[in-house]
Amino acid sequence: MIKKEMIAMLLAGGQGSRLGVLTSKVAKPAVAFGGKYRIIDFPLSNCINSGVDTVGVLTQYQPLRLNSHIGIGIPWDLDRNIGGVSVLPPYEKIESTEWYTGTANAIYQNIDYMEQYNPDYVLILSGDHIYKMDYEVMLDYHKQNGAEATIAVMPVPIEEASRFGVIITDENHKIEDFEEKPENPRSNLASMGIYIFNWKALKDSLIALSNQPGLDFGKHIIPYLHKQKAPLYAYEFNGYWKDVGTLSSYWEANMELIDLVPDFNLYEEYWKIYTKSEILPPQYISGDSVIDKSIIGEGSVIDGQVINSVIGCGVRIGKGAIVRDSIIMNRSVIEEGCELYKAIVAEDVTVGTGSKLGIGDEVENETDPHIYNHGLVTVGEKSIIPPGVTIGKNTCIFGVTEAEDYPDGNLASGKTLIKAGEEI
Amino acid sequence: MRAIGIILAGGNNHRMKELSQNRAIGAMPIAGSYRSIDFSLSNMSNSHIQKVAVFTQYNARSLNEHLSSSKWWDFGRKQGGLFVFTPAMTADNSNWYRGTADAIYQNLSYLKDSHEPYVVIASGDCVYKLDYNKVLEYHVDKKADITIVCKDMDPNLSVDRFGTIKMNEESRIEEFEEKPLISKSSTVSCGIYVIRRRLLIEMIERCAEEDRYDFVRDILIRYKDMKRLYGYKIKDYWRNIASVDDYFSTNMDFLKPEIRDYFFHQYPDIYSKVDDLPPAKYNSGASIKNSLISSGCIVNGTVEDSVLFKKAYIGNNCYIKNSIILNYVYIGDNTHIENCIVESRGTIRANSYYKGENGVQIVVEKGDRYVL
Repeated sequence: MIKKEMIAMLLAGGQGSRLGVLTSKVAKPAVAFGGKYRIIDFPLSNCINSGVDTVGVLTQYQPLRLNSHIGIGIPWDLDRNIGGVSVLPPYEKIESTEWYTGTANAIYQNIDYMEQYNPDYVLILSGDHIYKMDYEVMLDYHKQNGAEATIAVMPVPIEEASRFGVIITDENHKIEDFEEKPENPRSNLASMGIYIFNWKALKDSLIALSNQPGLDFGKHIIPYLHKQKAPLYAYEFNGYWKDVGTLSSYWEANMELIDLVPDFNLYEEYWKIYTKSEILPPQYISGDSVIDKSIIGEGSVIDGQVINSVIGCGVRIGKGAIVRDSIIMNRSVIEEGCELYKAIVAEDVTVGTGSKLGIGDEVENETDPHIYNHGLVTVGEKSIIPPGVTIGKNTCIFGVTEAEDYPDGNLASGKTLIKAGEEI
Repeated sequence: MRAIGIILAGGNNHRMKELSQNRAIGAMPIAGSYRSIDFSLSNMSNSHIQKVAVFTQYNARSLNEHLSSSKWWDFGRKQGGLFVFTPAMTADNSNWYRGTADAIYQNLSYLKDSHEPYVVIASGDCVYKLDYNKVLEYHVDKKADITIVCKDMDPNLSVDRFGTIKMNEESRIEEFEEKPLISKSSTVSCGIYVIRRRLLIEMIERCAEEDRYDFVRDILIRYKDMKRLYGYKIKDYWRNIASVDDYFSTNMDFLKPEIRDYFFHQYPDIYSKVDDLPPAKYNSGASIKNSLISSGCIVNGTVEDSVLFKKAYIGNNCYIKNSIILNYVYIGDNTHIENCIVESRGTIRANSYYKGENGVQIVVEKGDRYVL
């Protein structure tokens, strides 16, 4: 008989539109992070490190990269005879075929998947946070309290609490009330989007609410259980936890990795983070290069200056190039004499000889000021930037661009340049 | 592919000094991320040989650990795969491998149970890229009994640690000397052979009956005139790791752009076991010139003309020059290391000074260390 005490369901279907062109071809959980990782590596590694060996990954938006990254789960030791990792896309049914319309709806559509493992508890995770957490400790806490559901929460500065779902608890951490992005928060405990449910309670409420459009955990399932007077508890987490949902928070989280002893330390022996590593040679740093406060992935060849930056695997940085405060993802090529300041360069990009990115005044982005801000230059994957152009701040470039796309060899601050045929 | 593979990785060599105290030469770390057996194994995989046996006996722990999974070289197959044969005690045999031929004899069932017509034999201590299919084609073309891959060495260098070969104009081998002090030829055997499986079984069995154990002396040299032995010359990079100096210079070769390009960026790739290590990290004060740095390294000091293997930690204000720092080495602050090979898992105290004055110095410092 198959029996798993707790299985995990990892929500990885979201687009993450606030990451702009970084997610135009890949789902947010598949976006590269920290030189060699992808965002989904963190919850997946947490699972295996916590002894959770059965993980369903729910995909919907642009799943190709995720599929090939996860494969049969070998990098995380999630290739199991029973359990392991399964990628769960939406599928056609005899009646009412639909996409995943909400977080809980996605789980509802996979009740059969969960049922086959006969679980006592189901852990709900989202694939867009950077953190290390022992879910087993959370499960112990859940059991100790005799809870039907436990929500992981994190204390945040009260002035920021209005950006989150806020949980109000009594002195025993029993949940009394909750507010979704309240104007005047009554508590500073923000929900992290991590839940443990008793399987029966989860299944019953999913079925009871199955007709609710856009069925969502925070908006529907938790309030429903609360109304039923089910005991709900908040599990307070005080470690490093970063939502990398916006370009600025994504950039910051990467930059935090290069501190002398970072809050989020990838170099600890305990609680390793696993990823699909390609078999790559070591990196080569030439005699002409200057490296300071950076992390650099395998197989990269550095001939220029790399300062305060996070460089992925197989990147080439040419002679005389300057890369400062930037993120360069796998296999991108920065040719000779380029200068990059606060740039986020996605995978497989070529920046032509002598081009300068992140030069000039800070001007609000003309198309998407809520996405492209903080003075960042964002370059989508497989883009080509011609030689000798200058690009301003709060800009976005995507697609194969040519010299004529840059009037006077210039893309002013605040401009968005997306080549036809490529939607955002 | 119509061949199975055998990799002879059992050897040890006193010329490797302290470096082979704890590992077979096949497990010697090369070029930051690899071990020397990776080259032969990757060549096998890239030549589409699907069934490979590795024979090992000398201090095989590192090697076994490295070969713990066959998936890195894509040998994790239902058909064929990777086999590691260490000596085993049986009712009628309790010997170690007494030689290369004996190693094959003790595992003869591996040959007998296969159906592929040819066998490619390679050694685990060479750094090279080679498509064995080409050698096999040549072998069939020449109607050879045994084809030996060979290479012309610099005539000014001593070849006293190699087998030397003299061929006629048709590439048939006329003379084969094992480790001659003075040789008439500067063409050396690369330790890579192609032979028909049935012929190999026959020769190995006969060899065993006569209490002979060595493949080179008792088969190649002995059968030289009776069988058709041909040489297949290679021109590309090939190095044998047989001494500390070889080991040092082979690693340093990877700092040359053409060698790096040949091994790292040209098809086909060399595969190795992947460790779950974070990217290399450079803190304030780091300065790197002309060096290879592997994943998991943390560098605070100066590194010049050196190869850092995985997870090396270089403290503040260190100066590492023209050296090889093997896996998991910790180097404390203000340390000077020049012309050295620092053995893996070493812990070098702060304020140390090591300099190889006449050639390369091997530094073995197995101090205690607190792990973070």
